[in-house]
Amino acid sequence: MTNQSGKPTALDGTTAADLLQVDNLVKHFPIRGGLLQRTVATVKAVDGVSFSVKKGETLGLVGESGCGKTTVGRTLLRLVPATSGKVNFEGRDVFGLRGADLKAMRRDMQIIFQDPYSSLDPRMPIGESVGEGLLVHGLRDSKKRNDMVIEMLRKVGLEDYHARRYPHEFSGGQRQRIGIARALALRPKFIVCDEPVSALDVSIQSQVLNLLKDLQREFGLTYLFIAHNLSVVEHISDRVGVMYLGKMVELTDRESLFADPLHPYTKALLSAIPMPDPTVKRERMILQGDVPSPVNPPSGCRFHTRCPFAIEKCKTDDPPLEALKPGHIVACWVAKDNVAKAKQAAAA
Amino acid sequence: MALTANIPPKRAEKALKPLARSDSQWSLVMRRFRRHKLAMISLGVLLVILATSLVAKQIAPFARDYLNVDPAAKFLLPFSRDPVSGDMHWLGTNHIGQDLFTRLIYASRISLTTAFLATTIGTFIGVVLGTLAGFFRGFIDSVVQRVIDFFSNLPNLPILLILAGVLSSDPKIIPMPDWLIKLIQNIMLFEQEREARVVAVIIFILSLLGWTGVARLMRAQVLQVREREFVEGARALGANSLSIIFRHVVPNAFPPVIVAYTLGLAGSLTAETGLSFLGIGIQNPIPTWGNMLAFTQSYMWAHPWLPLIPSFPMFLCSVAFNFIGDGLRDALDPRQAKG
Repeated sequence: MTNQSGKPTALDGTTAADLLQVDNLVKHFPIRGGLLQRTVATVKAVDGVSFSVKKGETLGLVGESGCGKTTVGRTLLRLVPATSGKVNFEGRDVFGLRGADLKAMRRDMQIIFQDPYSSLDPRMPIGESVGEGLLVHGLRDSKKRNDMVIEMLRKVGLEDYHARRYPHEFSGGQRQRIGIARALALRPKFIVCDEPVSALDVSIQSQVLNLLKDLQREFGLTYLFIAHNLSVVEHISDRVGVMYLGKMVELTDRESLFADPLHPYTKALLSAIPMPDPTVKRERMILQGDVPSPVNPPSGCRFHTRCPFAIEKCKTDDPPLEALKPGHIVACWVAKDNVAKAKQAAAA
Repeated sequence: MALTANIPPKRAEKALKPLARSDSQWSLVMRRFRRHKLAMISLGVLLVILATSLVAKQIAPFARDYLNVDPAAKFLLPFSRDPVSGDMHWLGTNHIGQDLFTRLIYASRISLTTAFLATTIGTFIGVVLGTLAGFFRGFIDSVVQRVIDFFSNLPNLPILLILAGVLSSDPKIIPMPDWLIKLIQNIMLFEQEREARVVAVIIFILSLLGWTGVARLMRAQVLQVREREFVEGARALGANSLSIIFRHVVPNAFPPVIVAYTLGLAGSLTAETGLSFLGIGIQNPIPTWGNMLAFTQSYMWAHPWLPLIPSFPMFLCSVAFNFIGDGLRDALDPRQAKG
């Protein structure tokens, strides 16, 4: 597939001109054991994930604990080395960067962490934490640095005098704002938000989410928003990817995903969102059993052990990610059949 | 940490009044430490002993190595006068008519400095190696661990006997930097450089035996800190390993080492005393609490107060170090109930 500019187009309609492209990302963690610390098994945390992120959008990434979504974020920032795969950021091969190039790339790609209690150094006044990136990137003038720190603090809704205070003097929500200021101080283009609101009270969650949205508008930021809370993802994302056991199973824009989920796993996740109205009766799709171990994932489609619609083919053949509808990519044999049948019916 | 988390938002806001002085971690620690009564008393006792040893030369009534072989000047009781000069012997005299008070305050200077230097050097080695091992892991870690195993599995006493025997007969076998020798000579008020060299050897031996515990402690701490998110965050900002170690890892891993350091001081003090007592440490005429005690052995049945004189300050100091260590441990523990 090619578009007018002649560049290859990904399944989901994004193009090579996009800010970030992740191609077949794999991260296996070795489990060492025995006398010689030989690798006895590998945890297949991320097992061939591809997606791309358009400039200025928010791509949500959802999935259960342990499905590899956090690992995706950390691997593409090179906080952990990838096993294989390619990440392209503004045309630069992220995994090939060394030394000064890598450092320059770090200015553009930042991360906001989940736990506001461990993401700030307790022995450092927060002004210093926020200004650390500036110092690392050569802004030695402490006066200028301080001015920029204060500007950042104001941007995230804190006061000037907070710069001299220590993390333990702040609430969780305030700390998360500080974490955002720290990531933002370098004026990055792309931020991985690794469950930035999961550790916060619900009332604070919306404040932080709205702050993230405002900052995105102001600075033209692009987010990869990792979360396990679907309502949070629905609130902030333009497109949403669903991961299961190290694989992407469905990726589409927010409206299609929430209105018309095609993958059975996505359907199960959506049916688990609590409704604020107790009188509404819904069809709950409850999955049986636990997520299988990523050390030894099931053959064929990884979801077949828990999928209520699994057919014989699912046990042996791994379904590829395919665009079943425009801009709606899914990896599921059953969904593929259903969509094809629906098309036939519509044609007839 | 857990405390502030439970404060409802309104109170947290109120606690952040613009004019209120900010509490650094250290000021919190010091405030908690000051509440620890035993530790504060110990600190006071230690300061008094330090102060007397600091002005040893000024307050000592006799020269350090003054002796009087006149039988009438031997084994004088405390608060008796010198039969020759008529000067007061506050703590009496020993078997060769030396003034015990003079010897004791010089000894406290020598013993405390020895313990301080040995522990400081040992802790420094331990912190450096422990940090490298814990932070970089892999090959460096294995090497450091094996070296630690080697040193901590040496049978201490026989090794000490051999080392001390060899080294103190010719203290120049181990080359020491001249500034260290000069420093020791000046602090301990030695007239001869040779005395400083002998003490330097003992300091060397003590620090060689004392670093492994600190290295293990620091390694474990660093292993823990390096996994915390602010370290990953610093890496994401582009900070290199060196600046991460100095800015984040060491400051956060350090508190237990401070406790270990104070307890290590007590350990070094008793180890030096033990060595001197066995006759392989610092030798006469240099006075230390240990060798002063050793000399009282033969006379203690006839003159039972003699061993008490050097052992009392030694006991005070090692108890004081332990209480201060306890106080620091409580003050540095963030899970402490009283904030």
